Amino acid sequence: MLKRLLTIAVGLIIVAAAGFAILSHRPAIAPISPPAASSFSADEVERGRLATAAGFCVTCHTAPGGKELAGGLSFKTPFGTLYSTNITPDPDTGIGRWSEAAFARAMSEGVRRDGKHLFPAFPFDHFTKVSDADVQAIYAYLMTRPAVHQEAPANTLPFPLNIRAFEWGWKLLSFRPGKFQPDPSKSAEWNRGAYLAEGLGHCSSCHSPRNLWQAEEQGDQRYNGNIIEGWYAPPLNASNPSSIPWTEQELYTFLKTGATALHGSAGGSMGHVTRQLAQLPDSDVHAIATYYADLDGSAQRHVDTQAVIKQALAKSASDTVRPADHGAQIFRAACASCHYNGGDEPQLMRPELALTTALNANNPNDLVMVVLNGVSMPDGLPTAMMPGFKHALTDKDIADLANYLRRSRTDKGEWDDLPARIAELRKLSTEP
Amino acid sequence: MTDFKLNGQTVSSNAAPDTPLLWVIRDELKLTGTKFGCGVNMCGACTVHVNGRAQRSCITPVSAIAGAQITTIEGLSTDGNHPLQKAWREAQAPQCGYCQSGQIMQAATLLHDYPNPTDDQISAVMNGSLCRCMAYVRIRKAIKIAAAEINGVALPVEAQHD
Repeated sequence: MLKRLLTIAVGLIIVAAAGFAILSHRPAIAPISPPAASSFSADEVERGRLATAAGFCVTCHTAPGGKELAGGLSFKTPFGTLYSTNITPDPDTGIGRWSEAAFARAMSEGVRRDGKHLFPAFPFDHFTKVSDADVQAIYAYLMTRPAVHQEAPANTLPFPLNIRAFEWGWKLLSFRPGKFQPDPSKSAEWNRGAYLAEGLGHCSSCHSPRNLWQAEEQGDQRYNGNIIEGWYAPPLNASNPSSIPWTEQELYTFLKTGATALHGSAGGSMGHVTRQLAQLPDSDVHAIATYYADLDGSAQRHVDTQAVIKQALAKSASDTVRPADHGAQIFRAACASCHYNGGDEPQLMRPELALTTALNANNPNDLVMVVLNGVSMPDGLPTAMMPGFKHALTDKDIADLANYLRRSRTDKGEWDDLPARIAELRKLSTEP
Repeated sequence: MTDFKLNGQTVSSNAAPDTPLLWVIRDELKLTGTKFGCGVNMCGACTVHVNGRAQRSCITPVSAIAGAQITTIEGLSTDGNHPLQKAWREAQAPQCGYCQSGQIMQAATLLHDYPNPTDDQISAVMNGSLCRCMAYVRIRKAIKIAAAEINGVALPVEAQHD
């Protein structure tokens, strides 16, 4: 009896394994000789340049201080560390031997030229939506970049997570390939914005929480924000905590220039995003802004913006009175020279902390990361920078300062567990 | 190797990327008008301009200002006659003089942002610029004299000579 059960069990396992091997297999696409740059028209390369800017490929596929598009940027995931690959047209270490069909398959299905599944740190779940014309143009652009001979560092995923065939299972659960479908009930501008944001822009890759197997949450949780290597990417839906609504105008200015007077500056990776988006035609950035202004319900938020500004400036101005607590003293000595706002309107070059998402968020991450690391010129407004205070302030100094700002500038409660959070974020800080 | 513009000239620094700009300016590039006071962004003695805005050089790593325009007290004007410099002389603001270059550089940004500053605005923006000789009264007076000149208006009563 037992022997029969064992035989059946082993038989089922063999069938399952065979089924898995068959279903997860993808054929290799034959390598080609690297196409000549002259085989691509100037128009197509230019279209590809803009599409690549919209997808900010260079941001993930370039290591800090490294050659553009040659890969090597690390992504610390709960499963281990992944490294971005070389997408220059180098024939040995890059994609020089990839045909257009191989490239298109990688973008739309997340499969490598040799048939291996790609890990979803590469957001093929978004790039599947990109039109054929844009994919072809991106291929033309990438194939006409300088080839760089550079191998990406090996990923450090432990067994069995490093087995690429298992990505087939991940895809079964969380990936449906397919081009972007416009919503006929919305305007052409909204649909253009949705196409850019959900496809190339892959905004929800950072701005949505992820589930147990690191797929983006769909449904109500979508766009509820997420913390990535210390930085908080805030919600882009109606649960965004900013005291002033993100209207289309605010979103457009922020995405195009990296900062607004009413919301402060981009920080962390978002600065890189805005630099890339700045290259797009205004109409495209307006389109993305239109899409998210709709998503975040800014038109439905009945906020007396002038009253909020007036209140924020009154709080800023009250700092001239001799303060009693340590956090206020630090602010007056170290911060007010740049962050005080005493006029009728907040000034663009004097980011008003009361109005920032960082101070209003349900976690202190962005405030602490900016205090520790500053905002570099590539990250925020192009000519402005804020120095980092990691060598100047202790964890307790930062906690006192953060508590003071939260208490004096917002009506929200104190953040939990601040000293531990600061210590953890200090370890993540990599700037000099 | 970090390249940037210092008082209009292109310069290059060989210092390690995390070296505070203050030391690059003083030790490598030999401009000693900018002073060290605390090293932790709490006193303002090290204030210079980065792309025209006041910033404290003691915690600004030189790598962070690559390609930027840096202005020190030596570069504020070609002949020492910036309205603030004239006002400082007129009000006889310096005592030991140590904090004054930082005070002037910070005041320049104050006047850019608030061309006609109130007492509260002067206090708020200048609070982080410390003066151990307690010359604050004359620093405030000098700021108002400079503001009046820049705005082409009559001096406020309290800023006129005793």
